Amino acid sequence: MTLETLVQQLMNGISLGSLYALIAIGYTMVYGILRLINFAHGDVFMVGAYTAFYLVSFFLLPWWAVVPLTLLAAALLGMFIDRVAYRPLRQEPRISALITAVGVSFFLETLGIVVLGARPKGFTEYIPGLFARVYDLAGIKIPGVAVWVPLLSLACLGLLLYIIYNTKVGMAMRAVATDIETVRLMGVNVDRIISYTFALGSALAAAGGIMWAFKFWQIQPLMGIYPGWKAFTAAVVGGIGNITGAMLGGFIIGLAEIMAVAFFPDFSGYRDAFVFAILIAFLLVKPTGILGESLKEKV
Amino acid sequence: MSQRTRQILTSGVLLAWALFLWWAERNLDAYYVRVLNTAAIYVVAAVSYTLINGIAGQFSLGPNGFMALGGYVVALLILPLAQKEMGWILEPLAWPFNTFSLPPHLFPLAVLAGGIVAVAGGFVVGFPSLRLRGDYLAIATFGFGEIIFVLANNLIGLTNGAMGIKGIPNYATLWWTWGWAIFTIWVVRNLAQSSFGRAMKAIREDEVAAAAMGINVFRLKLLALVVSAFFGGVAGGLLAALISTVSPTIFTFTMTFNLLVIIVLGGLGSTTGAAVTAVLFTVLQELLRIVETPIRIGPLQLPGVSGMRMVIFSVLLVALMLFYRRGLFGRSEFSWEWVLGKFRQRGMASASDQSGNLEA
Amino acid sequence: MQATSREILKLERVTMNFGGLTAVSDFSLDLFPGELVGLIGPNGAGKTTVFNLITGQYTPTRGRIYFEGRDITGWPPHLVTAAGIARTFQNIRLFGGLSVLENVLVAYHVRLRATFWEAMFQLPRYNREERRMRQEGMELLRRVGLERLAEAEAGSLPYGQQRQLEIARALATGPRLLLLDEPAAGMNPEETRRLMDFIQHIRREFNLTILLIEHDMQLVMGICERIRVLDYGVSIAEGPPEAIQKDPRVIAAYLGEAEEEDVVG
Repeated sequence: MTLETLVQQLMNGISLGSLYALIAIGYTMVYGILRLINFAHGDVFMVGAYTAFYLVSFFLLPWWAVVPLTLLAAALLGMFIDRVAYRPLRQEPRISALITAVGVSFFLETLGIVVLGARPKGFTEYIPGLFARVYDLAGIKIPGVAVWVPLLSLACLGLLLYIIYNTKVGMAMRAVATDIETVRLMGVNVDRIISYTFALGSALAAAGGIMWAFKFWQIQPLMGIYPGWKAFTAAVVGGIGNITGAMLGGFIIGLAEIMAVAFFPDFSGYRDAFVFAILIAFLLVKPTGILGESLKEKV
Repeated sequence: MSQRTRQILTSGVLLAWALFLWWAERNLDAYYVRVLNTAAIYVVAAVSYTLINGIAGQFSLGPNGFMALGGYVVALLILPLAQKEMGWILEPLAWPFNTFSLPPHLFPLAVLAGGIVAVAGGFVVGFPSLRLRGDYLAIATFGFGEIIFVLANNLIGLTNGAMGIKGIPNYATLWWTWGWAIFTIWVVRNLAQSSFGRAMKAIREDEVAAAAMGINVFRLKLLALVVSAFFGGVAGGLLAALISTVSPTIFTFTMTFNLLVIIVLGGLGSTTGAAVTAVLFTVLQELLRIVETPIRIGPLQLPGVSGMRMVIFSVLLVALMLFYRRGLFGRSEFSWEWVLGKFRQRGMASASDQSGNLEA
Repeated sequence: MQATSREILKLERVTMNFGGLTAVSDFSLDLFPGELVGLIGPNGAGKTTVFNLITGQYTPTRGRIYFEGRDITGWPPHLVTAAGIARTFQNIRLFGGLSVLENVLVAYHVRLRATFWEAMFQLPRYNREERRMRQEGMELLRRVGLERLAEAEAGSLPYGQQRQLEIARALATGPRLLLLDEPAAGMNPEETRRLMDFIQHIRREFNLTILLIEHDMQLVMGICERIRVLDYGVSIAEGPPEAIQKDPRVIAAYLGEAEEEDVVG
C-alpha cells in the first residue's frame, strides 16, 4: 500500500467514523436515560437525508437554508416519535418500548419504500462544491468530503458537548441520565428533558444523513439500517450511555471497517461481519466499553 | 376435569385436524395447500420465538438468522447431486456437500440438522450477550441476522451467493409441516409451564429477584434462546423444502418482523396464543395481497402499492403495543378448562339474555 | 486468613467503593447461629449495600465474606442463595405476574433433579418432582398463612401480604441465614406488631439466623438481641438494644439526620 492510499484510507475511515459518531450520540443519550435502544434512530437519519434532498431538489432552497430546516424537521420527528410511541410505555416493562421501537423503525422504512420508492435517489448534482472538489495535500489527493465531513462533524460534536456541559438543559439531561427519579422529585419536567434529548440526537443524526449523502452520492429508504446498527455498536464499544465514548466508538468502528477493507481487499464483502465481530469481542471482553461504567441496577 | 377427559379432547381435535389435512392434500388446489404449509411453518417459528421474547422476556431479533441457517443446511443436505453440479456456476460446491444427497425418507434428519446448526448459532450470539444485563441480546441478534445475510452472499462455495440455491426437492408435505408444528407447540408449552418456564418467567418479571431465588439467570436465558433457535432452524429448513429455493433475500429482517407481529398479537408470553395468531397472520397476509395488486371498482382503477402490507403490519405492531398490549391471549395458555369455561359463560350469558327478553 | 466455623456469617473489614464514593468502609461483622441482629443507621448509611455485598449483588472492593466458614466473597447471587443465604428487598421485588404459589415454586427450581429434556417431554421423573414441589409449596404457604391465596396473582396482593409472601419466598430457598431489608416499611403499628410475631415465629420454626435492616425502632428494639449501627458507611456502635438507645454516638448520628431534615423541610 502506498503512502497516498494509506492516507486516503485513513481520511476515509475518519470521515466514515465521524458519521457513525454523529448517529451514535443519539443512541447513547437515549439509552443513558431510558435504557431504550431507539431502533428508529437510524431511520431518522434516513428521513434527514430525504428531507434535505427534497428541500434542495424540489424546493430549490440554498444549502444555508436547507441544513437548519432539515435539522429542525428531524428534531421534531424525534420528539414526535418519543411522544407518541415511547412515552406512553415508560412505566411498562422495557421490552414493550423496544418492540415499539422496532415497529416505528419498520414503519419509517416501509413507508419510505411505498412513498419515496425503493430505488435510490441520486444526490450527485446537489452536493455543494466544497465537498465535491479534490484537495491536493503535498501531492496526495484528498476528496473534499474526507476533509469537510470530519471537520463539520467535530464542530457538531463540539456544539453538543457545549450544550451538554454548559447549558441548563444540558445539565438537566445529565442529571436525568444519572437518576431520573430524584430529578423528577426535584420538580424538573423530566418528560420535557427527554424530549429535548430526542430532538438533539435526531438533529445530529440528520446532519449525519446529509453528509452521508454527500459522501455516498445517493440515498434510499433502507439507508439507515446498517449505519444505525453500526453506530449503536459504536456506542457499545465506547461505553453505552457515555457521550464522549460514543464519539470515540464511532471513529474506532469507522476506521476499523475501512482499514479492514483496505488491508484485506479480498474480504471486502465481509466488512459488516467484521463490525459484528468487534461487537461480540467487546461484549465478551469489555462489555462496559472503553469509557463506560457498569450500569449496575439499583437493588 | 380429569386428565383423561383432557387427553380424549386433545386426541379428538388432533384426529379431526389429521382428517382435515388428509382431505386437504387430496382436494385443495396447490395455492391453499401452500398457505396451510406456510401457516404451519409460522407456527413453528412463532411458538419458539415467544419462548425467548414472551416467556423469558429477553428481546431477541434472531429468528431470521436462525431460519436462514436451518434453510441453508436443509438445502445443502437434500439437494439432488445433479442440481449440486449444475447450480454452482461461480465456484463449485464445497466438500462434503458435493458428494451426497439425502433421500426423501431422511428429510427429518436434515431438518434436525438444520435445527442443530441454528442452536450453534444461538450459542454464538447468546453466550456473549446474555451474560450482561440490558438489551445487548437485541442488538447482537439483529447483527447476527445481518451477518448471516453477508455470509450467505459471500460464502459462494456453500451458498451460491446472491443467486441462492434452487431446485430443492419439495419434501415439506402437510404431514411434515404440521407434524413439526404440533410437536413444537407441545414441547414449548410443556417447557413454558414447567419449573424451567417458571424460572424464565421469574427472570422476565425481575432478574435480580430471580437470582436471589437461586436461579442461574444466564443459563436459563441461554436455554430459552437455544431452544428457540432450534425450532427457528427447523422452521427455516421446512421453508426451504416448501418453496424449493433459498437465497439471502428470503431470510431478511422482514421475517423476524412478521414473527414479532404474530407473538405480540397472540399475547407475549402465550405459546398457544402464538400458534393461533401464526395461522391468523398467514391468512391475513394472503388476504392483504389485495392492497398490493391493482383493483378495479367500476370505473375506478386503484393501483396496487407494493410494500403496502408491511406498512400495515408495522402500524399494527405499534398500535398493538400502545393500545392492546396483552394481545389476544395475554399470558394465558390454551386449556380445555378455559374453552369450556368460555362456553359456559356464553351459555349463561345467552340464557340470561333470553330471560331478559322474556321479561321485556 | 481462616475464619473459625463458629460464626455463621463473618464479614472481615469489607469496603465498597462506587467510583469515588465509599458506601461501606472497613466493615466487620460476626453473626452466630440462631441470633437475631439488627442493622440500623440513618438513610444512606450503607445498610442495603452491606446486604448487596453479602448476597453477591456487589463484589467488595476490599475485605472478605465468610458463610459457615466458606469464603463466599465475589460469588454470584444465585450461588450465594444456594449456599444458604436468602434475602428480601427494601422495595418488594415479587414476580408480580406469577401466582403466589409460583413465586414460591421458583425458589425450588435449584433443587430440581430432572433435566429440561424431561420437563420438555413431561417424563415421569419430572412430573413426580413437579407434584412434590407443589405439595411442598402449599405446605410452606400453609405454614406462613398464605395458602388460601395460592392461586392469586402476586402483584395483586395487598401490601402487607406482599411483604409476607416475599419472606415466604425467601424461606422456600431453604436458608439458614435470612436477610430482611426493612420488612416493616410502610406498615402501621398494628401490622408491625404482627410482623414481629411473624419474624419470631419463622425464626423458631425454620431454625434461622436473621439479620435485619429496619428504621422502625419499635420493631428493632422489640425483637433484636444485638444491634449494629452504621453511619456514612462506618460502623459506629454495637450492643444490646438498651445500650444502643443510650449511646451518644448513635443519638448524634440520628439527631444529625433529624437536623438536616429540618433544614431541608
